[in-house]
Amino acid sequence: MAKHTLSVLVEDKPGVLARISALFSRRGFNIESLAVGPTEHDEISRMTIVVNVESSPLEQVTKQLNKLVEVLKIVELDSGSSVHRELVLVKVGATAENRGEVLDVVQLFRAKVIDVASDAITMQIVGNDGKIADFLRVLEPFGIRELVQSGMVAIGRGPRSISERGKPVAVPVPPAANA
Amino acid sequence: MSEQQGSGADSTARGITGAQSLVRSLEAAGVTDIFGIPGGAILPAYDPLMDSSIRHILVRHEQGAGHAAQGYAAASGKVGVCMATSGPGATNLVTPLADAHMDSLPMVAITGQVGASMIGTDAFQEADIRGITMPITKHSFLVTDPAEIPAKIAEAFHIASTGRPGPVLVDVTKSALQADTTFHWPTELNLPGYRPVTRPHAKQIREAARLMLESRKPVLYVGGGTIRSGASKELLVLAELTGIPVITTLMARGALPDSHPQHLGMPGMHGTVAAVAALQKSDLIISLGARFDDRVTGNLDSFAPGAKVIHADIDPAEIGKNRFADVPIVGDVREVLVDLITTLRTEQEAGNTGDYEGWVAFCAGVKKKYPLGYDLPADGGLAPQYVLERLGVLSGPDTIYTAGVGQHQMWAAHFVGYERPNTWINSGGLGTMGFSVPAAMGAKVAMPDQTVWSVDGDGCFQMTNQELATCAINNIPIKVAIINNESLGMVRQWQTLFYNSRYSNTDLHSKRIPDFVKLADAYGCVGLACDSPDDVDATIQKAMEINDVPVVVDFRVHRDAMVWPMVAAGTSNDDIKYARDLAPQFDEDDL
Repeated sequence: MAKHTLSVLVEDKPGVLARISALFSRRGFNIESLAVGPTEHDEISRMTIVVNVESSPLEQVTKQLNKLVEVLKIVELDSGSSVHRELVLVKVGATAENRGEVLDVVQLFRAKVIDVASDAITMQIVGNDGKIADFLRVLEPFGIRELVQSGMVAIGRGPRSISERGKPVAVPVPPAANA
Repeated sequence: MSEQQGSGADSTARGITGAQSLVRSLEAAGVTDIFGIPGGAILPAYDPLMDSSIRHILVRHEQGAGHAAQGYAAASGKVGVCMATSGPGATNLVTPLADAHMDSLPMVAITGQVGASMIGTDAFQEADIRGITMPITKHSFLVTDPAEIPAKIAEAFHIASTGRPGPVLVDVTKSALQADTTFHWPTELNLPGYRPVTRPHAKQIREAARLMLESRKPVLYVGGGTIRSGASKELLVLAELTGIPVITTLMARGALPDSHPQHLGMPGMHGTVAAVAALQKSDLIISLGARFDDRVTGNLDSFAPGAKVIHADIDPAEIGKNRFADVPIVGDVREVLVDLITTLRTEQEAGNTGDYEGWVAFCAGVKKKYPLGYDLPADGGLAPQYVLERLGVLSGPDTIYTAGVGQHQMWAAHFVGYERPNTWINSGGLGTMGFSVPAAMGAKVAMPDQTVWSVDGDGCFQMTNQELATCAINNIPIKVAIINNESLGMVRQWQTLFYNSRYSNTDLHSKRIPDFVKLADAYGCVGLACDSPDDVDATIQKAMEINDVPVVVDFRVHRDAMVWPMVAAGTSNDDIKYARDLAPQFDEDDL
C-alpha cells in the first residue's frame, strides 16, 4: 500500500462532495485526508484527496471518479513533481518553567505561536507530512491537548497549471425537440 | 396551457408556472409517454400534464412505473420516463433506478420534492431522494429554481441517452413547480465534465485486428452494450467475415440470431457447455460491450486462463475492472465494429486471414455433443422448458419477451430462441424479482404493434402483478406466461443442491393460493390455465388470439425441474455440470 495524492477539479455545485466521498466509501477506500476549496476559476473547486491504496484499485476509483458528471479533471500528484503542504494547529501544555523549551521547538521547526495562556501554548505549522510528524513527535512529551489539521493540499512544480492540461471543454448539443 | 401545447421548439418567453415549464420541457425533449402516480409534491405538474400531448399512464405502484420506463427504453431504445411524488413515491423508484443503472438503460425519473423552504425539516413526505439514489443513478439533479427546469431536463435526457446509457433523476421542489417563470429551451448544454468517448482509437483497432489474425482460438464475447448501441448488423458482418464463434450474454440475447451456426449460446453460471468451453479454452476473447460479470466468469482466477483479451466498451471504468485487457478500446461498440470490419477487410484483401479451422470445428463439436436439453417429468407433468420452447415457436421471433429473475428467466433465455435485438428484456445485473410484468407493459406501450409476452415466475408475478389493472384499463394487451412451480424455484434449486434439500421458506403454495385465473379475471384480463403438455400449444394459441385485453396463462409446471447447465457459485467454469453430477468430457485432441 502506498499513499497517493489526487487533485480533483470539480464544478462547484451542491452535492459534489457527497458524490465523491460516497464513491470512495462504496469502493472500500478510506480517505486519509481531504481538502476542498475554490480555485483561480469561479465555479471550479479543487479537492485534494490522499488515499492509501494499491495502484490498480486506485486506477479503478479514478475511472469511476471521472464518470461523475461534475468532475472535470483528475491528476495524481507525486511527491517528486509536486509540492505538498498541510497546516496544523496544535495546543500543548506549557507552564512558565518549560515554555522556553516549547519555544525552542517552535523556532527549530519554523512554526509560529498563535496563542498563549498561562498553562498552554498554541502553535501553527505548515509543512509536508514528514515535517509535521516530526514536529508532533517532538511536542509529544509536553502533552498535546488539542490538534487540528487542514488536510493536505498539493500543487505541481513548474510553470504549468493542471487546469490548462486538459482537453478543451466541449459543449454538447441538446437532443432534438419533437415539435 | 392549451395554447402552448406541443410548442416545445418555440422558446419564446411567456409567463408560465414551473409546472408548465416542466411539461413543456418534457415535450421539447421528445417525450411521448410517461408512467407515474401523482401525489402532494408533484401535484402541480399533473395539472398541465392533462393538456399535454404526452400520454401519462397511471400505474398502481411507483416500482411499476420505473420498470415500465425500463421496458419502454429496452424495447425502443428511447429514453423511458417515470414520474412520482416525494418521499415514498420517490423511494419506490429506488429499485428500478438501481436496475436501470446496472443494465445501462436510458431513463429519466422525475420526482416532486417538498418546497425548498421545507427541505431538511423532516417535512411530510420528505426524503432526500437525490442523496438516496446517488450511487444508483448516472446523475441526478435537485431543482429549486424554476428558471433552471428546461436546462436540467435537457441535460438529464442528454446524459441518460448518450455514452453508456443510464438513469437520471430530476427532483423538483413543489415551490419551483408553483412559482412563476419563463420557458427557454437551451441551445447548448452546460456539462463541461461530461464527454463520453464514442470513437475508438485507430491504433487500438489495428492492434486488435493484429491479435485477431494471430489468434487460433478466438471467441466473440458479446454483451448488452452491443444491444444498446444497436450494433447487431455490424456484429453479424464481423462474425461472418472472420468465422469466429460468438457467445451472447444474458443481456445480449438476440444480438446475433440464435439460429446462426456460429452462435454457441449464452455463457456463465447457467450458460451452454459450448459457450462456457469456448471462453475457457480460447486464446483470445474479443469482448464487445460486456463487463466480465461474476455470473459469466465464475471464479475469476481460473477464468479463460489461456486467453488474451480485447476489451471494447464505451465506459473506460469497465475495461480492466475484473480482467486485465491486453487491448483496451474505449468506444461505442457499433463504431468499434465498423472500424474492425474495415481493418480486417483490408487485411483480407492483402491475403491475411485468421486460421480458426480446428477451433471452429471444436466449438461446433461441443455444441453438437452438449446441446441444451431437459428431462421430461416422469409423472407426465408439464416441463417448464417445454412451455418456453413452444412459446418461442408459436409466438415467433418478432415477439418481445420480458422476464423477471430466477429459473423462468434462465429457461426463457435458453429455450425461447431470439433472432432480433431488443426482443429479450430482463433484469440482468440487479436481478429484480417482479420486473417482468411492468417491463412488458412499458415495452408494449413503446412497441404497440409487437406481441409482448411477459414470462414470469409465480414468485416474481406476485410482486408486481397489480399493473395488470393498469394494462387492462389503458388498453395495453400484454400476455403473461406464469411458469408456476409453486415455489421460489431458483432458491429451491440451490437448497436441493447445496442445503441437503431442506426447503426453508421457498414453498409458495401458488397452485392453491392465489387462483391466478380468478386473479386475472378480477383485473379485467383473460385468465387461462394449463397443466398438461398436450394442452400447451392450444393454450398459447388461444392466448395469441386475444388481443383486446391482457391474457394471463398459469402454466402449472413440474416443481422439481432444475436449470442446467450450471457452474456452482464461486467455482471454476471448468467445473460446469451438464446435468446434476454430469460433467462434460472435452476431447482435447480436437484442439
